[in-house]
Amino acid sequence: MTPPGLNEVLQRTFSFPKKHFLSATDLNEVEVANLLDLADGFVSLNRQTAKKLDLLKGRTLMNLFFENSTRTQSSFELAGKRLGADVVNMSPRSSAMSKGETLIDTAVTLNAMQPDLLVVRHASSGAASLLSQKVGCSVINAGDGQHEHPTQALLDALSMRRAFGYIAGLKIAICGDVMHSRVARSNIAMLQMLGANVRLVGPPTLIPVAAERWNVEVFHDMRKGIAGCDVVMMLRLQLERMDGVMAPSQREYFRFYGLDREKLALAAPHVRVMHPGPMNRGVEIDSEIADDLTVSLIQDQVEMGVAARMAVLTSLAARLDNDR
Amino acid sequence: MSRPIAYLNARLVDPASGYDGPGAVMVADGVVHDVVHAPDFGSLSADVEVIDAGGALLIPGLIDIRVKTGEPGAEPKETLKSAALAAAAGGVTTIVVQPDTNPVMDEPSVVDFILRRARDIELVNVYPAGAATKGGLGQRMAEIGLMHEAGCLYITDADRPIVDSKLLRRVLSYAKAFGVPVAHRPTDPWLSAGAVASEGEFAARMGLPSVPAIAERIMLERDLALVELTGAPFIVDQITTAAAMESLRRGLHRGLPVTATTSINHLSFNEIDIGDYRTFCKVDPPLRSEDDRQAVIDAVASGLIQVIVSAHAPAPAEDKRLPYDEAAPGAVGLQTLLAALLAFHHDGRIPLIDLIRTVTSAPAKVLGLPGGRLAKGAPADLVIYDLNAPVVIQADKLISKSKNSPFDGRRLQGKVMRTVVGGRTVYSA
Repeated sequence: MTPPGLNEVLQRTFSFPKKHFLSATDLNEVEVANLLDLADGFVSLNRQTAKKLDLLKGRTLMNLFFENSTRTQSSFELAGKRLGADVVNMSPRSSAMSKGETLIDTAVTLNAMQPDLLVVRHASSGAASLLSQKVGCSVINAGDGQHEHPTQALLDALSMRRAFGYIAGLKIAICGDVMHSRVARSNIAMLQMLGANVRLVGPPTLIPVAAERWNVEVFHDMRKGIAGCDVVMMLRLQLERMDGVMAPSQREYFRFYGLDREKLALAAPHVRVMHPGPMNRGVEIDSEIADDLTVSLIQDQVEMGVAARMAVLTSLAARLDNDR
Repeated sequence: MSRPIAYLNARLVDPASGYDGPGAVMVADGVVHDVVHAPDFGSLSADVEVIDAGGALLIPGLIDIRVKTGEPGAEPKETLKSAALAAAAGGVTTIVVQPDTNPVMDEPSVVDFILRRARDIELVNVYPAGAATKGGLGQRMAEIGLMHEAGCLYITDADRPIVDSKLLRRVLSYAKAFGVPVAHRPTDPWLSAGAVASEGEFAARMGLPSVPAIAERIMLERDLALVELTGAPFIVDQITTAAAMESLRRGLHRGLPVTATTSINHLSFNEIDIGDYRTFCKVDPPLRSEDDRQAVIDAVASGLIQVIVSAHAPAPAEDKRLPYDEAAPGAVGLQTLLAALLAFHHDGRIPLIDLIRTVTSAPAKVLGLPGGRLAKGAPADLVIYDLNAPVVIQADKLISKSKNSPFDGRRLQGKVMRTVVGGRTVYSA
């Protein structure tokens, strides 16, 4: 199936019905399919020399990152700029804004500057939803605590759909620190909605206790967990959690839950490996696998990130037009 | 001397005597002068003021043994006066305030301060609970004897569990010598560290740090073992899980001097009510699963849990309008306690008299208070209550200085018509 061209998608009468982009669970299959089609178009655009459109001309996009993330923040920044928006980056952590001011105070202050799109990352679960209740503009969740990171799920779905041509029926193993991972939560919700078969792999200390009630299969033995899988999605594990806290040591973790050639050989022959980054090379994933472009989708994920975010921004901005 | 007052034509419910039926009460000099199990007293002398209850409920004033205010130290949250006004409006005639104030109520002068302020306010009866340890820090015993002498009713470190078992053992045996009960929050401090929700599918999906229900049982088992060792009168400060209920049942069967409490919040809400991170539903201990809530209701019905508290904990908007993990825990509850409690009567789940017992004669018995009953010579603390009036709780209309009520928007049945403390009407609708 060849993806439809950008102009064709933009001319569709479909309009994104939501004001905010907070959680993968807020979306339905049609909305996700439309976002993916749109993102596909932006991928082609981004590969051209002239990458710039004016779909968001006159709009202000504000990046509000309470947690540092160069990767996600620059991805949103590029997405906004390529669509013609004015982009402002705020890092409350390092500015006077953080001194004694609450999240709501900050939001109200920024809201008074009339942004159209507010991209927020915060260390607390539910922070983006809280903000969305207090501001007039569209809020995009760029990661809230251990809850969700829905644009990551969208870019992951885009990477997989482009690699395989479809998502329904794919066997996908999400491996590592599922418990603390917002990426995992958003991916589980979106991939299941798209008909994929999701498994979780990790030591019991890193799998949420009620995970089996999420309609996923849980494996504590990675070899069994990734056997026959089409996609192995590795998650980042914070190094300090590996030092006798959630796992005894880095080397023990790598031995049982790190992705190496030997374990990967048990997956499907056409397996693709993903990682949301930044990677702990040699801890959760062997460098050789990460850099092998025949199996690794990790570079693609970064590229897809910009396109997927452009799709989200365009859809939300179109809805802003409808409001007026 | 004021005129005697006769309250006539009431449905009198007095759990202490087991009576539920037509009744009338005569009040004089601040005490109950006479009670009859008939709509009126027959002929009355002309100097008696008559108040016709019109068939409404007449019950002893409520005794709420777990109330926080912000006084001293955090008056913008709630003062003793604003809490007392809320209590009066809710039919609560006696409150026991928690010691985790600033300064901490760990020595007799703070107890004196509370009692003096309560006398000045002159609305409802206010008693303090004293801290078990200095500063409530769980390290060294507080002046339990002196605080008891000054008028504190029980000993507790409130929300914070006493980790050191040797220290709790000493607190229990020392307090026993003064006949003063000790209350303790059953939660394992390590399993609950950093948790803001109950472990399970909901918390996992919402990405909230959580504590397993079993943490309550682990600490309760230790506490009950120490009660067995010391024989000291003990109050379980809010039992909220099915897992801990088994331990409680066994402890009571062994004849331990234990009284268990639970909060109206844990009876009325489960973790799903948190919904999209509603911080008004953030309480400590966290709201539990529906199975746990049902187990708590069953335990009240069977008498395993004897006392229900509002767990009134005011938190102003600025402490609640924060991301869920940063928001202050706690809910105001003085004004909504009775209506929320009697929902279980309207549901046909628990008999009216049994529900009323948990907030009147049962807490009076545990703390040795003279109120909580409608009998000759008892303090004239009573409530006239329209059992069936429909109400919609509106948090912003509550009297408390803080409006953090999880009942906001909830439809309940029942309305306080009049609250009388020591013979004096302190609230009338």
